[in-house]
Amino acid sequence: MEEVPHDCPGADSTQAGRGPSCQGCPNQRLCASGAGAAPDPAIEEIKEKMKTVKHKILILSGKGGVGKSTFSAHLAHGLAEDENTQVALLDIDICGPSIPKIMGLEGEQVHQSGSGWSPVYVEDNLGVMSVGFLLSSPDDAVIWRGPKKNGMIKQFLRDVDWGDVDYLLVDTPPGTSDEHLSVVQYLAAARIDGAVIVTTPQEVSLQDVRKEINFCHKVALPVIGVVENMSGFVCPRCKKESQIFPPTTGGAEGMCQDLKVPLLGKVPLDPHIGESCDKGQSFFVEAPNSPATLAYRSIIQKIQEFCTPRQPKEDLVSS
Amino acid sequence: MLRAQGKAVHQCDSGWVPVFVDQEQSISLMSVGFLLENPDEAVVWRGPKKSALIKQFVSDVAWGELDYLVVDTPPGTSDEHMATVEALRPYRPLGALMVTTPQAVSVGDVRRELTFCRKTGLQVMGVVENMSGFACPHCAACTNIFSRGGGEELARRAGVPFLGSVPLDPELSRSLEEGRDFIQEFPKSPAFSALTSIAREILNATPALLS
Repeated sequence: MEEVPHDCPGADSTQAGRGPSCQGCPNQRLCASGAGAAPDPAIEEIKEKMKTVKHKILILSGKGGVGKSTFSAHLAHGLAEDENTQVALLDIDICGPSIPKIMGLEGEQVHQSGSGWSPVYVEDNLGVMSVGFLLSSPDDAVIWRGPKKNGMIKQFLRDVDWGDVDYLLVDTPPGTSDEHLSVVQYLAAARIDGAVIVTTPQEVSLQDVRKEINFCHKVALPVIGVVENMSGFVCPRCKKESQIFPPTTGGAEGMCQDLKVPLLGKVPLDPHIGESCDKGQSFFVEAPNSPATLAYRSIIQKIQEFCTPRQPKEDLVSS
Repeated sequence: MLRAQGKAVHQCDSGWVPVFVDQEQSISLMSVGFLLENPDEAVVWRGPKKSALIKQFVSDVAWGELDYLVVDTPPGTSDEHMATVEALRPYRPLGALMVTTPQAVSVGDVRRELTFCRKTGLQVMGVVENMSGFACPHCAACTNIFSRGGGEELARRAGVPFLGSVPLDPELSRSLEEGRDFIQEFPKSPAFSALTSIAREILNATPALLS
């Protein structure tokens, strides 16, 4: 799509192609034909594709730099520790695809097969897809406007041969824009289990989380809960704790109580996390007993319980 | 962060009036935040609408006489970034400042941002390495929580100036949150001296960048 006018009513609006600001727009004829308003056939195709995917989770954040991709990668690692659980990690941060590096897959390329694009496998039961695998150099920039990014996301959902998957995790860029709307729209018919929202303790982050929760309500996306990252730091020398990002307004705990959404847990700062991500290794393997690892494991368990609630006792007794 | 929450934007004959954040009226601010009725409201806009607002922020705001217009952008290389470059092109922008944290994962994204600058003809003024080291307030031991040196190394490899490292300082975060003036209250903070040094580098480099 080319430049759109300032007061563009939107391609899917009833005024598409007919509004006063549509005059002279290069897309006027296309919009007036109603092409923008018809449901995208890809939605049904994606619904079919997603029949082999049991649970779909979006990882969101209002703000950049809160550790969302780090969290998504370690959620994937944690779930895949059970070799009978098939996990897929989809990175839809088109402009800043960090997942290949964090998963130790930098430089890998995507292969085509008869049944579509093959994900890149970290383990037999952990497959990854990212625009990073389509770029030939770490310096390549993806300078795309919204519609082109949306097209890529559609392809990732429709054309990747995910196979039988227990958990499809979708790592998103920060915000509430094209990528977020598109992934929710394309998965509309396939049912998303819910969203995990990552934040840091300070009010400037929480402000954006409230917007993110507002977005989830607007698009009827269940909120699995909030993860407070970078929550405190214990000095390795004197063992005293510091709040590097002070929770001046009560942190995620206070916000979750106010908004009645679950707080899944708090992950402390640990220099080994950044080191592991830079090396493309699982932090759980590098530091299995660290407080951050224990916090992650508890959060992962809560997410699993949300997706697969235990049978009520009465059912067990009668069966 | 600049203690301007809840302020409203007014119109005058020459356009929207930006919000002044200090008594001396030396810093004015425009943000979509001022246009929201409710601060928790999500701005769920696709690219074209965001681009249109950015163009308005450049052409329809009565900025008046300015020495510097500083544009804070979201992460990425997409609609907002392209719209900003296009809107500012007629005014010959001085250039772009790259902010990274030290670790390789962040630097990996900033490499792509440098390519964006190259492709759009935007000069790179330099790289800042943020969150670079933390001095424990109890025992003064320094821990490189997000690693160290990645920003400096990036600047060296890319052949652009390295403007400096800013350490983590909880007082900086707290000041921003509580609407206090960090520069007034914590002049001895290492973060303050780092930030001041970077500002000075930019001021010194301005005449050469303008020519």
